[in-house]
Amino acid sequence: MSALLLWLIVLPAVAGTVLATAGRRADRAAPAVAVVVAVLALALAGLTAAAAAAAAGPALQAPFMAGSAFGVEADALSAVLLPAVAGVTLLVLLFASAAGTTNPARFHGLMLIFTAAVLITLTATTLPTLLFAWEIMGAASYALIGFHWSEEHRMSSGLTAFLTTRTADLGLYIAAGAALAGAAQTGSGAAGSGAAGSGTAGSGAAAGTGSLALAGLAGLPEPWRDIAAAGLLAAGLGKAAQLPFSFWLSRAMDGPSAVSALLHSAAMVAMGGYLLLRVEPLLAATGWAAAAAAWAGAATAVVLGVVAVAQTDLKQLLAASTAAQLGYVVMAAGVGNVAGGAAHLMAHAATKSGLFLAAGAWLAALGTKKLAGLRGAGRRWPVLGAAFTVGALSLAGIAPLSLWATKDNVLTAALEHSVPLYVAGLAGAVLAAAYAAKAVALVWKPVLPETFSLYDAEEPGSRRITSGQTVPVLILAAGAAVAGLLVFGPGGNALRDTLGRRAPGDGVESGPLELAVSAALALAVVVLVWRFTARLPVLGAATGWLGMEAAAHAVVVRPVLAAAQHLARFDDAVLDRGVERAAVLALRAAGGAAAADAVLDRGVEASATATSRAAGSSAVVDTRIDDGVETLALAVRRAGSAAPRPQTGQVHHYYVQAALVLVAAAVLLILVR
Amino acid sequence: MLSLVILLPLAAAALILALPRAERAARLAFVLVTAVEVALTAVLWAGYRDPGAGGLAYEEQLRWIPNVGSSYHVGVDGLSLPLIVLTAVIFLACAIYDWNATDRPRPRAALFLFLEATSVGLFAAQDLILFFLFFDLSIVGMYFVIAGWGHGDRARSALKFFLYTFLGSLALLLGFIGLYLGAEPHTFDIPELLRADALRNNPAGVWVLGAIVVGLAVKTPTVPFHTWLPPAHTDAPATGSAVLAGVLLKMGTYGFVRIAMPLLPDAWRAWAPVLITVGVVSVLYGALVALAQSDLKRMIAYTSVNHMGYIVLALGAAGAAGESATAARETAMTGAVTQMVSHGLITGALFLLAGVLHSRAGTYSMGAFGGLAAPAPRFAAFFAVGAFASLGLPGFSGFIAEFQIFAGSIGTVPLTAIALPGILLTAALFLRALQRVFTGSTKGKSTGFQDLLPAEAWSVGGLLVLSVLIGLFPVPLLDVIAPASAALVGVAGG
Repeated sequence: MSALLLWLIVLPAVAGTVLATAGRRADRAAPAVAVVVAVLALALAGLTAAAAAAAAGPALQAPFMAGSAFGVEADALSAVLLPAVAGVTLLVLLFASAAGTTNPARFHGLMLIFTAAVLITLTATTLPTLLFAWEIMGAASYALIGFHWSEEHRMSSGLTAFLTTRTADLGLYIAAGAALAGAAQTGSGAAGSGAAGSGTAGSGAAAGTGSLALAGLAGLPEPWRDIAAAGLLAAGLGKAAQLPFSFWLSRAMDGPSAVSALLHSAAMVAMGGYLLLRVEPLLAATGWAAAAAAWAGAATAVVLGVVAVAQTDLKQLLAASTAAQLGYVVMAAGVGNVAGGAAHLMAHAATKSGLFLAAGAWLAALGTKKLAGLRGAGRRWPVLGAAFTVGALSLAGIAPLSLWATKDNVLTAALEHSVPLYVAGLAGAVLAAAYAAKAVALVWKPVLPETFSLYDAEEPGSRRITSGQTVPVLILAAGAAVAGLLVFGPGGNALRDTLGRRAPGDGVESGPLELAVSAALALAVVVLVWRFTARLPVLGAATGWLGMEAAAHAVVVRPVLAAAQHLARFDDAVLDRGVERAAVLALRAAGGAAAADAVLDRGVEASATATSRAAGSSAVVDTRIDDGVETLALAVRRAGSAAPRPQTGQVHHYYVQAALVLVAAAVLLILVR
Repeated sequence: MLSLVILLPLAAAALILALPRAERAARLAFVLVTAVEVALTAVLWAGYRDPGAGGLAYEEQLRWIPNVGSSYHVGVDGLSLPLIVLTAVIFLACAIYDWNATDRPRPRAALFLFLEATSVGLFAAQDLILFFLFFDLSIVGMYFVIAGWGHGDRARSALKFFLYTFLGSLALLLGFIGLYLGAEPHTFDIPELLRADALRNNPAGVWVLGAIVVGLAVKTPTVPFHTWLPPAHTDAPATGSAVLAGVLLKMGTYGFVRIAMPLLPDAWRAWAPVLITVGVVSVLYGALVALAQSDLKRMIAYTSVNHMGYIVLALGAAGAAGESATAARETAMTGAVTQMVSHGLITGALFLLAGVLHSRAGTYSMGAFGGLAAPAPRFAAFFAVGAFASLGLPGFSGFIAEFQIFAGSIGTVPLTAIALPGILLTAALFLRALQRVFTGSTKGKSTGFQDLLPAEAWSVGGLLVLSVLIGLFPVPLLDVIAPASAALVGVAGG
């Protein structure tokens, strides 16, 4: 059983690494290899999920680091999500092969490495395993956003995305420290300390999962549990592009559309929400962390909903909408509705990746992703336009499409917690209807004469969309239509049973009244927006994502860079100069010593002369004594003339002499003792 | 066996010097001898069984200066064996990298082999006088490498390096004499000093450790004793920088775990707050100053201050006073030793890559380049991999080291979390450098830039592959380090 899981992870990892390192040689084979690997991964994911449903989930564990193991397990939650993520991956890669790209080997290699990292993230059971995959996802995102590296702004966007999410990821390091400290305090589960206690032969590296298992975090003693929860919350919010980190997702839109479809909607960003669902017991155990997650999600759903309404660029609209929709997943984690959150995650993955792929197809065909430039695109490619519309209406919360159902399931659990939370969530739903309707309306409105002048603004368009591009979007649209079955009827019951009703909020089902209210609201907003598309208010600040990135620059980036410049100057002008000045002082002192030495030397010579004179004048003295004195005088004279010799004026000579004297003194000290 | 590893390069160096006009043979001998060294250390690794707490493998002892209790005493344990293998690997990479070097290859090969002997000797030394001897000889050797084969203001940089680190070694010697005098009977033998447990509860121990810590801190280097490092690196030849960063800096941190911590554990506890502070400051200060550099090699040099800061931080935390959190202390300690190996591989590779810039364009200034990935795609790919390795990306050895350092340190002394932005700053500075030099439109000195030669690619590639292997399969390395870390924590832990 566990071999399934191993192959599921190793296959895309190895294939991706080979493609990425093979370079141009693998260009021809790369798209086909990637699709085949994705098909196999989907099959393996399905088998893994089936195995997990039949019995205890397949699991693997290997020694990894001191105090913790590398552990993966397909438990109920990951078994549900594995096939969904693998399926979206396959469709996106099919689209990418049909659309074509420059450097296919590098592109598909990076996509497969990313896929492997997502699969590990989904199944990780320990903190190091999670962080391992988590950061590789971030690096793959960096490399894919900046895929066209000769355009420098794309590299900058990748940098912004990577650094912003990594800032949040520091929380995982803190959580790991808290887990180790907490485990030591309770004395339980700390496998490392057990090994040490039994003597030095215990190999820390081979210690069991013990202290750093994700499942064990909820049982940590205070205050470590709070610290761990804060760290995981920060990491989850950062990756899920929740407030205040959301702006990186806007910059991430500089990547190719297939990358946006997979990384920046269905898989990587979604993993932020997934992590919070995974550690829902920890959030709930602290109390405050669950509330913070719920409100962070609600705030993002509203604020980024406003941002999405204000966008004039389709990919930017979809990006803001992604952050807003993941707000519901985060909210679900906060209110303990893991099943509803997982359902919303999957429904959103199908919905949003289809929309991104459609946007990518139009971008490649028309050379623009500006909404004004996409006017009438649906009329020109009606099949793609219809698929796009299904996805957008699902996003709008139109019954009976999926996001209507899954969002209401989350909101029902929110209502059990607090009415203001529910109202905020409902406001987010209204905004979702507005921005989705705005996109749909423009796509179907007739082309205006000035629309053509907007074509090819970003890249030369091909004016062609192949069936290879359309079919994946159609399949994703079908998924977006029916994924509501994840919360209704037998499907919903099955999901809730699989997830074992781990938390009290898990059992909720929306009542008919709530469903009707939200469906009616969504329909009304869609109709209104359709009717008054041309008169939508212009929201200046929201168009620029409320200046979040500029604020981050002003508050963090610029002060850090200024501090770096100041410290570099300090390093050169004070620390380094100080050392050199000390050396100069030493040299001067040496010079002074040399002068004193010369005086001493003259004195010695004078006394030697005097001695020899005295010796010469006393003729009556025994010649033997005289000889002795003369010898002594000669010796002293020699010593006198030798004395200036070490004064070469070169500091390292003085230095070596000082060293020798010190060593001699030390040896003397040793011998005397 | 161990003595063979120390003496073989020394003998080869003497032989190379004795054969005049054997310039071409010299570089072949350089590669062959360093390759044999790698093979010999691999045999040592394969045959290594953990000798238990305080024990040594491959131990050899000969009478040397018996009247002061000093002998030729060598042996390895889990702290030194990885560093000995690292030394052999770095020197082999340097020998391959210098295959095409034409500047006096004969004395150059001899000097590097001499340096290899002193480095291996230092990591194997179990006697303070022997340790000190190798410590100072390595300084002398590196002085000649920089002064003889460097560029720029090399004479001044070399002299600064020599004076500064030599002065540090005198402080170290003072501390060693203090240890000698503190033990009864007087001895310089490290295992005997360990058994004697001298200076326990003796206020003099704090002063003795102070001298040792200052001496090692200069060599490591930590803030504020680091100012010799950037000029030394900037003006050293590529292989000199790789050896300096990859091997010689480790002598400082290795001294901490071999001498300072186990021999003076309670003094270490008293010093721990200072060491943790120095570690945190080195991490943040080194990263910030690196961020402001416009010279690529100088930037990498400052990241060494940052990376060495993690080690000092972890060692401070592992030996800090406080309630027992043994697992966390061991994790921090294991991470620190892993970081020594990891930094050697990764920074060695990065310095070799920086040397490629200088060899082609005569400058390290990042502003002189742009879009270099177009004419030199392999160079760009190698540098990108090295940069991600150095910023601690999982899949590379740096992550294994830094995760353990932080998890262990925060688990012991939670305040150490304030050093965490260090890994963010290194990410920022490396990716900015990558962006400035390699991406965008091709301009400046990038035009017509020749991609990596096979010798360069093989040497750097080998180091990076080892870093990946440790990053993905750390257990063989950690299984060697962890028992020794546990033993050390058993002696020195709070």
